Amino acid sequence: MNKPSDSAAPDFRNRDIKTIVNAGLKRRHAAERRFRWYGLIAISLGLAFVALMFGNIISKGYPAFWQTYVQLPIRFDPTVIDPEGHHDPKAIESADYAALVRAGLRDLFPAVQGRTELRALYDLVSSDAAYELRSRVIANPALIGTSQEVWLLASATVDTLVKGNIDRTLDETERPIKDNQVGWIDKLQASGKIEKQFNTILFTGGDSREPEQAGIRGALMGSFYTLLITFLLSFPMGVATAVYLEEFAPKNRWTDLIEVNINNLAAVPSIVFGLLGLAVFINFFGLPRSAPLVGGLVLSLMTLPVIIIAGRAALTSVPPSIREAALGMGASKLQMVGHHVLPLAMPGMLTGAIIGMARALGESAPLLMIGMVAFIVDVPKGLMDPATVLPVQIYLWADLPERAFVERTSAAIMVLLAFMVLMNGLAIILRKRFERRW
Amino acid sequence: MLTYLLLTLALLSAAGYYLGRHRAFAVANGQLRNLHSLPGFYGSYTALWCGLPALIVLAIWMVLQPGMIVDWVVAGMPPELRDLPPDRLNLMVNDLKNLVSGNIVSSTPNAAILEAANHYRNLQTIGNAALWVVVLTLSMAGIAIGWRKISPTLRARNRVEQVVNVLLIASSTIAIFTTIGIVLSVLFESIRFFQKVPISEFLFGLQWSPQTALRADQIGSSGAFGAVPLFTGTLLISGIAMLVAVPIGLMSALYLSEYATPRFRATAKPALEVLAGIPTVVYGFFAALTVAPLIRDLGSALGFQVASESAMAAGLVMGIMIIPFVSSLSDDVINAVPQSMRDGSYALGATKSETIKRVLLPAALPGIVGSILLAVSRAIGETMIVVMAAGLSANLTANPLAAVTTVTVQIVTLLTGDQEFDSAKTLAAFALGLMLFTVTLILNIIALQVVRKYREQYE
Repeated sequence: MNKPSDSAAPDFRNRDIKTIVNAGLKRRHAAERRFRWYGLIAISLGLAFVALMFGNIISKGYPAFWQTYVQLPIRFDPTVIDPEGHHDPKAIESADYAALVRAGLRDLFPAVQGRTELRALYDLVSSDAAYELRSRVIANPALIGTSQEVWLLASATVDTLVKGNIDRTLDETERPIKDNQVGWIDKLQASGKIEKQFNTILFTGGDSREPEQAGIRGALMGSFYTLLITFLLSFPMGVATAVYLEEFAPKNRWTDLIEVNINNLAAVPSIVFGLLGLAVFINFFGLPRSAPLVGGLVLSLMTLPVIIIAGRAALTSVPPSIREAALGMGASKLQMVGHHVLPLAMPGMLTGAIIGMARALGESAPLLMIGMVAFIVDVPKGLMDPATVLPVQIYLWADLPERAFVERTSAAIMVLLAFMVLMNGLAIILRKRFERRW
Repeated sequence: MLTYLLLTLALLSAAGYYLGRHRAFAVANGQLRNLHSLPGFYGSYTALWCGLPALIVLAIWMVLQPGMIVDWVVAGMPPELRDLPPDRLNLMVNDLKNLVSGNIVSSTPNAAILEAANHYRNLQTIGNAALWVVVLTLSMAGIAIGWRKISPTLRARNRVEQVVNVLLIASSTIAIFTTIGIVLSVLFESIRFFQKVPISEFLFGLQWSPQTALRADQIGSSGAFGAVPLFTGTLLISGIAMLVAVPIGLMSALYLSEYATPRFRATAKPALEVLAGIPTVVYGFFAALTVAPLIRDLGSALGFQVASESAMAAGLVMGIMIIPFVSSLSDDVINAVPQSMRDGSYALGATKSETIKRVLLPAALPGIVGSILLAVSRAIGETMIVVMAAGLSANLTANPLAAVTTVTVQIVTLLTGDQEFDSAKTLAAFALGLMLFTVTLILNIIALQVVRKYREQYE
């Protein structure tokens, strides 16, 4: 706008300012509009990414909340379950229930003959079906000798086909399921013997190599124990540090050093904390690998700066008049803090703590370092049991090639995000409800 | 066992509190104003006497007991076992511990080992019993001492507050200890690594293939530890991320602070910040399963050769993750520019975008640079996205469509799975960690300094 052309320069005196400004106005307003649009486009791009990611994960993950089951006629054959007829619990427990499942499948498709054909037929039902039958018989021994129609877990490939995720037009050799299996499944579907039920295994099972039997219960419990330790360690220490630095600490080099340290720790990459945990807690102190205790220790060191910074902000927002009034009534400094300042700052501190915990819940990189990536089938029962956490479980499942695992990974992400939303929502409610403006 | 001991200790301390309070009432003869402090402080005083010494002894005991038991067990072994070389001895002790805790052992135990395991178990039982006795005696004695000391002139409040003060100071030093811990743990292992691999080779070598040999005659057995390909890979992916994040983040911050209506701002800003709250593993999953195949298909449709784990996919998604960092940090910075500067520009007849481009941005530039530096340090240290979406092969290339690997990916791959703690392979991870820590630390310090200077300018 301030680039007068050479030819216009001599005219300057004769033209009045208004025409000069008006001449450039159109161009300038166009630039203004363009700039505005850039801003809007940037924001919509950002929001589009949010929408795209959520849409992508939800569309992939929600089918995992349903699981395909097959109804089989099972004859609880006494000669298989309890050949000696003593109703001996040990014999019942160790019986070959898979044989019952196989017999049920043969009953449904009597025409199937030959080893390979039969094996393909048996592959329709998950290996979990035998355990399911066993637990039913143990719970109710009166079943022995009867015949029942039982809903049993289908295998993952059947589940994938029923959900329409296998292209039937592909050549037989290029898909995980054979033509004869597709035929049987279609027959079962036509007779109403295949059904999708709510997937409880996802929430009650531990990890498994078989997609249809894999659940996030173990990871959830691991996350729970890890976060328990994190909270128990980082919250009291964070509050104590914030109180000391805001209310008691003299202004000197030492407190400056502490402050600089806290600010830097907040920006250290999380994986470095994992290295610290590996070198100090596991190799130096000899704590067990993969234990929620160690994970909690590492995460609490990571969360501490967050809680301290939030806690200090909460403490500074309490007006000095409260402190002066308490001291004026003869309270000691500790009484002033404990009885008046801390209760007023507590909602803010809790908000910070919850946000810190939400971040710790989603953290996985440092936990990879301390061995919480192992394949663990059992649900952990304590702080020392080998465990994994939900984000790491997602990482592990994301590596597996089966389509059914992609689905489960997305479902696990949905559960993780639900927890995040819950925790952040709690923090917002807490802030809205208890925030005081002085 | 420990839980029960701690619970008992807590119960005893509660009893101590009650007793001490009761005692204070008693010594005051019902005249509370005779007391120096409130009765509760006498209670806390007794409780501290009961709990604190016992807890300290407990902590020291827990640290020392395992090592001492191992020493005694080894000392009691037959000499042919005792005089094994240290690493074999270590292995045997591990076996022993597994045997004692009922886990699977690597070799079938012989009579001497079984004998030692019995010895171990005995010592452990004795040790635990002794611990209970000592801790309980100490806490009882503490209650007795507290009880004896209580008199109307005892300055109980001051004593209790002194202890609390010490506790506060102690917890505030945790941050320093954490930093020291990080530096020491990374530094020691790095020094051991640099004894095996010269530091110049690590910093300037162009070959990275950290496999170690099983046999001496294996091909490529030496392992190459030149980290330059990792550094360039990290820079490439972070660079792509910044190319995505800086324009989008900065423009959104400008729009939100200068153009948007308060209502739009109130909804769009938190919605954008959702991106910062999503766990990185989710971004990694998104990058690996959605974005990477998309880019590959797009590239092959246009006739490019795209690796399935291209730097582009990881960088793009990392950029999305960083958008809210850039936008909220620059939002703060832009808001800190005084309104009078905007008003002056408007008064001269400038339009809004002219004001932004010629007044606001130059004034806020140091702060914006600071926030971008913070975002860069975040991108360099990001792990999960690159672990899931970037490759493992260390290619020295600037092609965003090729597969590269990063420092964090290599740390994770070197340290997960089987490892022995002395091999150059494992130690290399710590050397990489040292590099990562140093670089991000320097970036953070510079950025914080810049931002602080900038703030002071307008205050």
